Amino acid sequence: MIALLLRDLRLATRAGGGFGLGVAFFLILSALVPFGVGPDRATLAPVAPGILWVGALLACLLSLDRLFALDHEDGSLDLLATAPLPLEGTVAIKALAHWITTGLPLVLAAPLFGVLLQLPGQAMPWLVVSLAVGTPALSMLGAFGAALTVGLRRGGLLLSLLVLPLYIPTLIFGAEITRRGAEGQATATPLLFLAGITLGVLALIPWAAAAALRVNLR
Amino acid sequence: MSIWKYANPAQFMRTTDGLLPWLVGAAAICCTAGVVWGFLTPDDFRQGSTVKIVFLHVPAAMMAINIWVMMLIASLIWIIRRHHVSALAAKAAAPIGAVMTLIALATGAIWGQPMWGTWWEWDPRLTSFLILFLFYVGYIALWSAVEDPDSAADLTGVLCLVGSVFALLSRYAVLFWNQGLHQGASLSVQSGERMSHVYRYPLYLAMLGFFLLFLALLLIRTRTEIRRRRLAALQAREMRA
Repeated sequence: MIALLLRDLRLATRAGGGFGLGVAFFLILSALVPFGVGPDRATLAPVAPGILWVGALLACLLSLDRLFALDHEDGSLDLLATAPLPLEGTVAIKALAHWITTGLPLVLAAPLFGVLLQLPGQAMPWLVVSLAVGTPALSMLGAFGAALTVGLRRGGLLLSLLVLPLYIPTLIFGAEITRRGAEGQATATPLLFLAGITLGVLALIPWAAAAALRVNLR
Repeated sequence: MSIWKYANPAQFMRTTDGLLPWLVGAAAICCTAGVVWGFLTPDDFRQGSTVKIVFLHVPAAMMAINIWVMMLIASLIWIIRRHHVSALAAKAAAPIGAVMTLIALATGAIWGQPMWGTWWEWDPRLTSFLILFLFYVGYIALWSAVEDPDSAADLTGVLCLVGSVFALLSRYAVLFWNQGLHQGASLSVQSGERMSHVYRYPLYLAMLGFFLLFLALLLIRTRTEIRRRRLAALQAREMRA
């Protein structure tokens, strides 16, 4: 499993843009929003939690279609499916690699973008915490969507149509944590909900994604 | 006699062939009677004549949710027991459900404009219906994107299972996110009567009518799908010969 994780990470870094691309997309988004809604602190600060979370969703979505597609094209996915490691484990490891290359950089870089969008200072730790808790669920759900569409020629648009509705609960609770943090309210309830969603997704989605992969490899 | 008898496509076609005209007739009568009777009811003392849209809105909204549940059950039957009719029924039900969701959203908007003063409000019920519509669209899109019919049935079945969990989760997450404008349920088994008999009986009739309408449309569409599969099989045999 560790070998597979290292292989995926190595492929992501050497193929170019593995780590940087999601963050760069996030940066562009944070730069575009003030152009759209105006540069005032009073306008930006209330929408900043939502924008940052929607940006994280979209940045996560960007690299999803490559999650299984490349391995499917060169046949290594068939080898992985016949390997002694259960396909559920393969899915989980690939989602983990996806999270390390896109989710983790976002979590680490998020305070910077918070500053750009005039997010109040007291909300910064909550932004980081909510992203750190929520993004693993995004990667795992994305792996499910990628497994559903892996055999399709033009799966990219369909993938976003399938995956984004699944992101809604995560988005609601994640943005709520940050918003409450910005207003200095208690954040425990949405945080627990978000953690519950993430844990449930991590526990159950690998089976659904592996089932979809098996169908597509038939 | 077992219900699995109808899993045989030939048996299904034979039975529904005789059943369908009656079902279509009953659906037409109930829908027309329910809506016309509803239209002839007196105006509500606060909402005026706008209350009459309820005879379209409530049955459509009810069916929109129930059709998804039916798709979930049909998908489960397909995944567990591999009956093709079940998978085709789930496929046939999805566009009907999507249209029901649209009807509920559209009639709600038309009613909401004079009553709430807005076409759209980010209210939990409205939002969860929009999310439900997105799930329907994704489901239909996945069906049409996958070429091999059995793979498509498998993949959409898995999507339906996961989607059901997340549709339910979104329903309650949305409740957490924003408190609503939409009134509570007017018809409820537990809380007794909150609606005058004058409106209640036509509403029941309209609900029955919409249910029969769904059943009739579902059977017609499933029969079409079965015929399409037979046609594809014949063509494949022709190609090989």
